[in-house]
Amino acid sequence: MEDSQNFKDLSEIKNLMERSSRFHSLSGLSGVSAGIVAILGAFAIYWLLNFGQLMYDEHLYVPGSSVRRNMTGLLLLVASLTFIFALGCALFFSYRKAKRNHLKLWDHTTKRLLVHFFIPLITGGLFTLILIFRSDITLVASAMLTFYGLALVNAGKYTFGEIHYLGILEITLGLLAGIFTNFGLVFWTIGFGILHIVYGLIMYFRYER
Amino acid sequence: MKNILANLNKAFENRIRLGIMSVLMVNDWMEFNSLKELLETTDGNLASHLKALEEKAYIKMKKQFVGRKPNTSYQATEAGKTLFRLHLDALEDLIKKQ
Repeated sequence: MEDSQNFKDLSEIKNLMERSSRFHSLSGLSGVSAGIVAILGAFAIYWLLNFGQLMYDEHLYVPGSSVRRNMTGLLLLVASLTFIFALGCALFFSYRKAKRNHLKLWDHTTKRLLVHFFIPLITGGLFTLILIFRSDITLVASAMLTFYGLALVNAGKYTFGEIHYLGILEITLGLLAGIFTNFGLVFWTIGFGILHIVYGLIMYFRYER
Repeated sequence: MKNILANLNKAFENRIRLGIMSVLMVNDWMEFNSLKELLETTDGNLASHLKALEEKAYIKMKKQFVGRKPNTSYQATEAGKTLFRLHLDALEDLIKKQ
């Protein structure tokens, strides 16, 4: 009798430690939908760059051409829309998952996760803007992937541990994108599109089915 | 056997107190309201157990003001963490022995 009570206490303790320290409402479908949005965004950029006839770095480098400024604004707009839609989808599916599991979407684990995720991410975003406005556009894809990967590694301590490995992969792609600058958009699409979809499906089938 | 029983700590023998210590083992500072939600208990009940643990110096409290609202947070002390770990080990040993 006493013994089963002890056992129950121990499993309750383990459960509380897990539940109180990590954010559990991140849905695999958030990843899948963000990945799809990213691929659509990348395709839009590809289309704007005349289907790869002009590499985005060369294109934006045309000295003194008015084309450059116009394109930068347009590319930034597409990038921002992609980011907003991806974030919106991620939020929607997390909200759904939280509701289904009778959890609150907003609690101390959410706050902690977001703080640790957004510090490297916002740094990366600002750094990317600096690159763009200094016309060092070749390293934009590399910077985005690398900082995003760092943000994920940082966030991995406060939600599902698998995020940590996704982060490592994004960092690797980011560094490769820095070496092979002409394939920036390709690496970007793999990192933000395909990896998100694969990761999301794995998480969905592992935890939500 | 005697050793095991010696490490079981009466101060932790309650569902809420076990819960408080568990949460504070893995979280640095926890607010009163977050604890309340996690442990699904009432203000009064939680406060009295927190008080008991605080008097034993197993946890410490800090009060801050967020705007005008007082905001109370708790943290486990080193001593509290050590004793709680011993308590958990003792519980595990008890289960293994039987």
